[in-house]
Amino acid sequence: MVPVEYYLILSAILFSIGVLGVIIRRNAIVLFLCIELMLNAVNLTFIAFGRYLNSIDGQVFVLIVMTVAAAEVAVGLGIIVALFHSKETTSVDDINLLKG
Amino acid sequence: MFPNYEWLLLLFPLIGVFINGLFGHKLGRRAVAWIACLAIGLAFLVSLSLLWAQLQLPEDASSTSSTLFNWMSVGDFRIDLTLLIDPLSVLMAVVVTGVSTVIHIYSAGYMAEDRRYSRYFTFLNLFVFAMLILVLGNNFLMMYVGWEAVGLCSYLLIGFWFERPSAANAGKKAFLVNRVGDFGFALGIMLIFATFGTLDFSTVFANAPALLPRGSELATALTLLLLMGAVGKSAQIPLYVWLPDAMEGPTPVSALIHAATMVTAGVYMIARNHVLFERAPGTMHVIVAIGLATAFFAATMALVQNDMKRVLAYSTISQLGYMFVAVGVGAYAAGMFHLTTHAFFKALLFLGAGSVMHALSGELDIQKMGGLREKLPTTYLTFVVGSLALAGVPLFSGFFSKDEIMWNVWLEAGPLVWVIALCTAFLTAFYTFRLVFMAFWGKPRDKKLFGHAHESSSIMTVPLVILAVFAAIAGFIGLPGGLSLIEKFLHPALVTPGVHRIAAEHGVIEWVLLLISAVVALVGIYVAYYMYVLKPEIPKKLAKQWSSVYTLLVRKYYVDEAYTEVIVKPLKDIGGFLASTIDKGLIDGIVNGIGSVTTGLAPILGGMQAGLVREYAFSILIGAVAVLGYLILR
Repeated sequence: MVPVEYYLILSAILFSIGVLGVIIRRNAIVLFLCIELMLNAVNLTFIAFGRYLNSIDGQVFVLIVMTVAAAEVAVGLGIIVALFHSKETTSVDDINLLKG
Repeated sequence: MFPNYEWLLLLFPLIGVFINGLFGHKLGRRAVAWIACLAIGLAFLVSLSLLWAQLQLPEDASSTSSTLFNWMSVGDFRIDLTLLIDPLSVLMAVVVTGVSTVIHIYSAGYMAEDRRYSRYFTFLNLFVFAMLILVLGNNFLMMYVGWEAVGLCSYLLIGFWFERPSAANAGKKAFLVNRVGDFGFALGIMLIFATFGTLDFSTVFANAPALLPRGSELATALTLLLLMGAVGKSAQIPLYVWLPDAMEGPTPVSALIHAATMVTAGVYMIARNHVLFERAPGTMHVIVAIGLATAFFAATMALVQNDMKRVLAYSTISQLGYMFVAVGVGAYAAGMFHLTTHAFFKALLFLGAGSVMHALSGELDIQKMGGLREKLPTTYLTFVVGSLALAGVPLFSGFFSKDEIMWNVWLEAGPLVWVIALCTAFLTAFYTFRLVFMAFWGKPRDKKLFGHAHESSSIMTVPLVILAVFAAIAGFIGLPGGLSLIEKFLHPALVTPGVHRIAAEHGVIEWVLLLISAVVALVGIYVAYYMYVLKPEIPKKLAKQWSSVYTLLVRKYYVDEAYTEVIVKPLKDIGGFLASTIDKGLIDGIVNGIGSVTTGLAPILGGMQAGLVREYAFSILIGAVAVLGYLILR
């Protein structure tokens, strides 16, 4: 059996890629993909621990996270489309309406 | 008889207040006047029927009280809205509603041209309501509520023509000076509660012998505090200064509030609480001293005033002094008797002055009058009746009531006090008829004013005649020689067991004193006649010869100036200091400081909010790393 550390390392790498993507990239859709990547890295951790601890709880959590992520994608993509309609751009650096 | 209909007495004026206060501006003038007069007239009928019922009752059952509802109860402290019906309150209610009815009718004519007609009648009805609360309350709290409410109405009506700065200032002055007295009154009531644990009249009076030892410091302090309220409300030295200025209000208001009813509340309060006052002989002496000094000095100030209403105002102060002397020597019935007759003849004199003022388009300076008796026959005749009553000419009401007081003074306070009271009576007769002779006799001094003069309409003269009749005959309810009906009527309310009572039998001395004061009154009138009709040049010569005394009197002993220097100015300075230094410097400084700290921080905090998603994400990351780092390295 593959040791749990391998899963955790993989998931940490995936999560870090996601974080870096969110901070470095400008395209809102890529940003979104990175967020999904982070979520799935967390999912992987859940699954790994669930298997390691012989508990079903991890898988239950993953299902909930996936549901929330699906809903979030629906809303998030809607916002991006609306932004593109009004601003003709998907670059998050051009969108600073909440500037204090 | 219907049981418990006393509450109607309060209800009718209240209905008048509501209708005229809420809808008065939509109703016509006639409707407003009708509602106001009807409200008070019905209340008068109720009080008359109460008087009738009271006369039927046996003496030992004369005091009844009817509870309308529980006002408040906090722990053991319980205040009911209860009306106390006994001879004293019924007499007062009859006087208040009776004089009010007449003055309301007169006002309908006097104020006919005024544009705030409904407001005037609302205030006037409210005043009657408040006065009845004061009179009929069976506990100190109700009395205090009425006490303050009449003060409020007085303020509103003195400043009724508030466009005139003098009227607005007079209203403020009356309110503030009364506040000084009311402060003492409130403290007195609190002390009563602390001592007796209740504010109910009957309980307090019943427990007074046990809890309030005669002559103790507690009794003296308590009664002195109550007296402070009476001194303010009844315009006695040293708080009399507001009453002459109160003449800025409409004349019927001066007649009703500042002559007949409200200012006598102090006398009524002392009579009502005589059980407490009897336990403090020291306070009683103070009352006599204050009353005597006020009576005499106010009379001297009235001698040289040229404003008709001001003469009457000082006369009112002086007569209130008489009433104080009466209650101070324990002659409560005599005090209430003088209160009653004074209500009639002083209201009459004020309304007469109002009629003159109406005829002369607002002129009140008697130096510009003269010869008015041809032009204003009804006003003249009724004014003379009022003056005869005030001067104490035999068979007129003032004669009987004043001499009742004088006799009691002789018995209780001795000849010296009596002589001062007699001098005051002489001065009273003199200044009253100075007014009559200067205004109504001789040749007109101002031809133009005289030419326009005209007698007032019957809505104003009929009230004058009614009051004149009462001013003439009201004295017969208090005949001397032990025949006094009013004393017998008030007996159960004013003589409680264990209270010291004048027991001297009526004898020759009473009649001798009566004769002396009658002669003094007539001499006073003759001196006025001699000085102002036969030899009109004398007053001017006297004024020149005694110019320092004359100036002193004209300037009213410089009391107003002294009060301004000693009290008003320092207070204004303190107020100015608080406003400029404490308020503007300290309090505004704190508030402004908080404001400037916030605005100073705003740009720094605002810079952090760039609106860029990636920056936010980066901050979250740093935060998360910091928290994790802390958790790991801990």
